[in-house]
Amino acid sequence: MRIHFKTSYAHDIRLFPDRWTLSIYGSLLVLAFALPYLLDEFFLGEVTNVLIWAIAGLGLMLLTGQTGQASLGHAAFLAIGCYANTILIEQGVPFIIAFPLAGILTGLIGVIIAIPVLRLHGIYLAIATIALSVLADDIIVLTEHWSGGVSGKFPEMITIFGFEIERWSMPSRFYYLVLVVTIICTLFYRNLLRSPLGRAFAAVRDSEVSATAMGVHIARTKGKAFGLSCMITGWAGALMGYYAGTFNNETFSLVISITLLMMIVIGGLGSIHGAFFGAVVVAFLPQALSILKDNVVGSGVAIPGLETGVFGMILILFILFEPMGIYGRWLKIRTWFELFPFARKDMFRRQKSYLKTERLR
Amino acid sequence: MSLLEIKNATLKFGGVVAVNDLSFSVEEGEVYAIVGPNGAGKSTAFNLISRFYEPFAGTFTFDGNNLLDREADQVADLGIARTFQNIELFEHATVLQNLLVGRHRHRKTTLLEEMFFTPRVRREEERHREAVEEVIDFLDLQPYRNKMIAGLPYGVRKVVELGRALASKPRLLLLDEPASGLSVEETQDMRWWIDDIRKQMGITVLMVEHDMGLVSGVSDRVLALADGAKLAEGTPAEVQANPAVIEAYLGAGAV
Amino acid sequence: MEVLQLLVSGLANGCVYGLIALGFVLIYKATEAVNFAQGDFMMIGAFVSLGLTNAEYMDLPFWIAAPLAISIMAVFGYLLDLFVLRHLFGQSQTAVVILTIAMGFVLRFVAGLIWGHEPQTLESPLALGDLQLGGVVLGMADVAIIIVTFLMTFFLYQFFQRTKLGLAMQAASQNQMAAYFMGIPVKRVQGLVWGLSGATAAVAGILFASKGAIDPNAGLLGIKAFAAAVIGGFGSLPGALAGGLIVGVIEPFAARYLAAGYSQIAPYALLLAVLVFRPHGLFSQVRVKKV
Repeated sequence: MRIHFKTSYAHDIRLFPDRWTLSIYGSLLVLAFALPYLLDEFFLGEVTNVLIWAIAGLGLMLLTGQTGQASLGHAAFLAIGCYANTILIEQGVPFIIAFPLAGILTGLIGVIIAIPVLRLHGIYLAIATIALSVLADDIIVLTEHWSGGVSGKFPEMITIFGFEIERWSMPSRFYYLVLVVTIICTLFYRNLLRSPLGRAFAAVRDSEVSATAMGVHIARTKGKAFGLSCMITGWAGALMGYYAGTFNNETFSLVISITLLMMIVIGGLGSIHGAFFGAVVVAFLPQALSILKDNVVGSGVAIPGLETGVFGMILILFILFEPMGIYGRWLKIRTWFELFPFARKDMFRRQKSYLKTERLR
Repeated sequence: MSLLEIKNATLKFGGVVAVNDLSFSVEEGEVYAIVGPNGAGKSTAFNLISRFYEPFAGTFTFDGNNLLDREADQVADLGIARTFQNIELFEHATVLQNLLVGRHRHRKTTLLEEMFFTPRVRREEERHREAVEEVIDFLDLQPYRNKMIAGLPYGVRKVVELGRALASKPRLLLLDEPASGLSVEETQDMRWWIDDIRKQMGITVLMVEHDMGLVSGVSDRVLALADGAKLAEGTPAEVQANPAVIEAYLGAGAV
Repeated sequence: MEVLQLLVSGLANGCVYGLIALGFVLIYKATEAVNFAQGDFMMIGAFVSLGLTNAEYMDLPFWIAAPLAISIMAVFGYLLDLFVLRHLFGQSQTAVVILTIAMGFVLRFVAGLIWGHEPQTLESPLALGDLQLGGVVLGMADVAIIIVTFLMTFFLYQFFQRTKLGLAMQAASQNQMAAYFMGIPVKRVQGLVWGLSGATAAVAGILFASKGAIDPNAGLLGIKAFAAAVIGGFGSLPGALAGGLIVGVIEPFAARYLAAGYSQIAPYALLLAVLVFRPHGLFSQVRVKKV
């Protein structure tokens, strides 16, 4: 059993509550930076993919896990970030400016969209965001002049002050770029959580009435959450564009939106860890399945819908048996060890709640 | 001038008159209680003050400010905090986080500062934490500080909600049935707290309550409502002795 | 004439959307949950009836296969509630939304495994011949769809408004706990509603498969039906049908008169417009929560 004594309020405010956690995350960071020397190019590419999905997951987590607004349209914002970045660079803006700007632009568009959309609750919000995702596809085709339409676009090589980064020929450089963006986004997320705005997000999620009574402006807070969420998602989109090497109207489809939402549910809603755990599942599942399939039915046999089907199955099992996701399960296991031998089975029992009609809200 | 002054407030839901031409005022530093049978319009009066409902008619003045000029989220900035009849806490957050939300009106930092967690944000956070710790000490919430609301018993939730309202350092505290559902001991604690809130913190209290023991124990003045209109007003003893009040509570012929 | 022709084919399509939307609304009315897999229910219903009827599978007479398929889907809906959805009792709406989307993925995968991915048509007597009505050509299937849809809407509406079970279903959704205390077996009622919506989906599937080819991805039609349900307002059965008809009619007209590319947008643009200006549909029932 590990006990730590808090001696000042700073203990609760700083990033890592004690030396133990600090050393764990410190070594994780060292490992992350050493990874290009430990893995071959194929697996490094896969890890890069995990990180990009994790960034997108953080973006959606801020909105869904923290503020309680489910979005089934975040692929649209991946697309906006991706296209904004590519088009800015084509216009001659250097990457170091274009990339942050692409995220900020996505965030601003997000805020504009949020104003009408976030007045909606529950399923209506889900439907409106689905419509967004479907519309994004069509709009990309319609704005062919800028977006390249169906034939798509190829992002140019990244240069930062003459230093070149390319996904295929220099996978470790690209990995470091993605890693840095991941760390920055995670820090932003973590900082928001420990400051007034993050608490306002949680307040809006859990009770809009009492949040209002405490002086939280609901619409403005949701708008900020949506904007920040879209900004992070936009960055992930830009990186996805580089990772894929080419993209068109179908790259960021409704299925991506849905996958993203399912990913954070599987990972565990409302936690940074959840975004990362979920990203691992999303990025490695196709590989694992193809290896499994090759061994069972032999390679060369295509089973359409296998990935989404298995993914759906995993999600159903999680919602039924572990609604808190992988992170929730992880917490339970950790607590069991920390409290050993005093952990009780009922410690995490959920309270029964009864549904009341949305129509009267 | 009174701290809170309500004149001729009227509100209708469809054809039902919830509050009918109601006028009362709360003086700085007093504990003012509203009593009345179910459906008398007590909670509605609260929701009018919190600006959750738009009145049909009437004036609402708090410390010289016209409340009707404010949106519901701006009421807290004036220094009005409230609790709810059916506890409205942030379920998936800890007690500490709930109380810190109470500090929302005192925040000074901007989105950008918070994203980078500048030293100013850190200082502010420590300041908020100190203010919240005072409330935790006052209400003896230390054992629950890092517990999730979702697992707490009803009595504690009630106290946390009081704490969240206190954390905002209000001038006027609205308590919607602070003792409902509490045990005898818990009600006794609540009584002492309300006394101390007024005496030590100098906060004016306006409460809706059914428990006449608590009402007569802590309040300076009592307003009895029936069918949305004023039935009687005065000291607890005066109101309890008022024949109209007895009739409204117990039915005709009980006197 | 051309306008009339477009209108009629739009109506027939709209009725399919309407039938799927009816399924959404049934479940929403009775459980406050939204079944995002309703389109896939329809697809499964179509494949089940196809599997029973078509010569290369079971080769049963259509008039035996159709009721059989409807009953199978009703049982399927009930069992789904029993084994999956009932365990979500009391969880948030979002959890149900995500769960049903995942269910759609799984259903599409399973249908692909069983019936393959090639488009197939139901060998249905409804698919025979056209009707000539003063220059307007009506497929028999279209006529059947329109008639059946209106009848279904009428009967379901009557069921909810007049029968004891229908009222119990409504009560169960408005306040689960109160309904419990009033002696309504909330869980069983919800199971029945899922069964009913499965049956509705089967009807939609049979009609849809008589009209054209189906494949496992036909369920994606559900998204449009969803838009229809929202446009009509989720709480209302006639509203769902109206929404379906609106979406169905807009499509052919947009395809005919708007530039290519804009026509697919039309239903969704309408959906967003409705959500922005009438956030709870054209026939809404939402009031402010009391504290």
